Amino acid sequence: MQDLISREECCLQYNVESSFIQALSDYGLLEITTVAETTYLHTEQLHDLEKFIRLHYDLNINVEGIDAITNLLMKVKNLQQQNEYLRKRLQILGDVEGDSAI
Amino acid sequence: MEFIDYYKILGLDKSASQEDIKKAYRKLARQHHPDLNPNDKEANKKFQQINEANEVLSDPEKRKKYDQYGENWQHAEQFEKAKQSQRSNAGHEYDFGQGAYSEEFSSGDFSDFFTSMFGGGSTGTGRRSAKFRGQDYNASLTVSLREAYTTHQHTFTINDKNVRITIPAGIADGQTIKLKGYGSPGINGGPAGDLYITFHILEDPVFKRLGDDLYITIDLDLYTAILGGDKMVDTISGKVKIKVHPETQNGTKTRLKGKGFPLYKKEGSFGDMIITWNIKLPTNLTEKQKELFRELSQS
Repeated sequence: MQDLISREECCLQYNVESSFIQALSDYGLLEITTVAETTYLHTEQLHDLEKFIRLHYDLNINVEGIDAITNLLMKVKNLQQQNEYLRKRLQILGDVEGDSAI
Repeated sequence: MEFIDYYKILGLDKSASQEDIKKAYRKLARQHHPDLNPNDKEANKKFQQINEANEVLSDPEKRKKYDQYGENWQHAEQFEKAKQSQRSNAGHEYDFGQGAYSEEFSSGDFSDFFTSMFGGGSTGTGRRSAKFRGQDYNASLTVSLREAYTTHQHTFTINDKNVRITIPAGIADGQTIKLKGYGSPGINGGPAGDLYITFHILEDPVFKRLGDDLYITIDLDLYTAILGGDKMVDTISGKVKIKVHPETQNGTKTRLKGKGFPLYKKEGSFGDMIITWNIKLPTNLTEKQKELFRELSQS
C-alpha cells in the first residue's frame, strides 16, 4: 500500500476534481487501482499527473488533447532513440570503412 | 541589464486587452511549454520569457508600472520613492516589492530586468493553493566506457547534500535514473521532487559500443590471415586466445559470444564482441621474400 495514493487524497493535494482524474483514466493516461472499494493511483504516476494538471489547467488543453500530445511525445521519443541508434551505427560503420581504407 | 519588451514577446501592442494577453500567452505557452518540449533548452528559455511577460502584463498594477516607466525603468525606483513619500502624506498605500508576492517561483526564474523592477515573482494565476511536489532536478554524469562496464559507486554533492549512488553495470549512454526525494523541496508542505541523472558514456579509444555489443578492429598479419592460427586479442575484461581461420579476408568479422557489455540489471548476461580483422600487408620485404611472392603470383 506504500506505493499507492488514494484518488481522494490526490484531489485534495492537487486541488483538482475527481472527474478530471477519472477522465484521464478513461483515456488510459492514468491507471486507477481499486482496493476495498477505494480507488488509488500508483505514486509513480504522480509525475505524469502533475504534467497533465499543468497541461489542462495552465494551458487549457482538454483531455482529448492531452491524450494526443502524450502519444505524439512518445513517438518523438522513440524516433529520437532510433535516430541516436542509427547515428551510432553509422559512426561505427564509418570507422570500420575508414580503417579498411588505410 | 537590458530593457525587455514584454509586448513584443507576446506579439501584442500596448493597447492589448486582458483577454488579448491571456489568449496570446496561452497560444505561445502551448508552443513552448517544457512539458511539450522535453529536453529543449531553447523552448524552456522562451517559455520563461513568455511567463515573465504574462506575469507583468496580466497583472494590472505591474502593467501600469511597466507602461509608465518603459525604457526608463532604471529610474523607476527613484520615482517610486518620491511618489511613495507623497502618497504616505496623502494617506495612500503602495505595495509593490518582493514582500507583496508569495514565492512559488524562485527569482532565478525571472530576468534581472524583472527582479530589478518588480522584486521576486508571483504565483502566476494563483489558481491553486495546493500542496505541490517540489521541482525535479536534472543532472548529468559522465563516466568512461570501462567504468560503465562494472557496477560501481559514485558520490557527488547536490544542494549541499552528499549523494552516493550505485551505478549498475551496463548503463547506457543517455539513460536516466531517478533518485526519489533529491529534488527541490515541496511547495506548501508537499513532498520533495526527484533527481534525474542522465548518464553520458565517453567514447573509448579501443571499443565502440552499440547496444550491448562491443566492436573492435584488430590488425592481423598477412601470414596468419592466409594460413590461419592462434591470436591473442584484447576484450574489455582481459585477453583471450582465438582461432583465426585460414584465408581470412580483410574486413571479415568474428563474433565472440558473451564478451561484450553486461546487460543492465541482468547479472551474468553479456552482449557479444565483434572483431573486424584488418589485414596488414608486410613491408620492407627482402629480395628473397619478394622472389617468393613472385613465385606465388605465378603459381
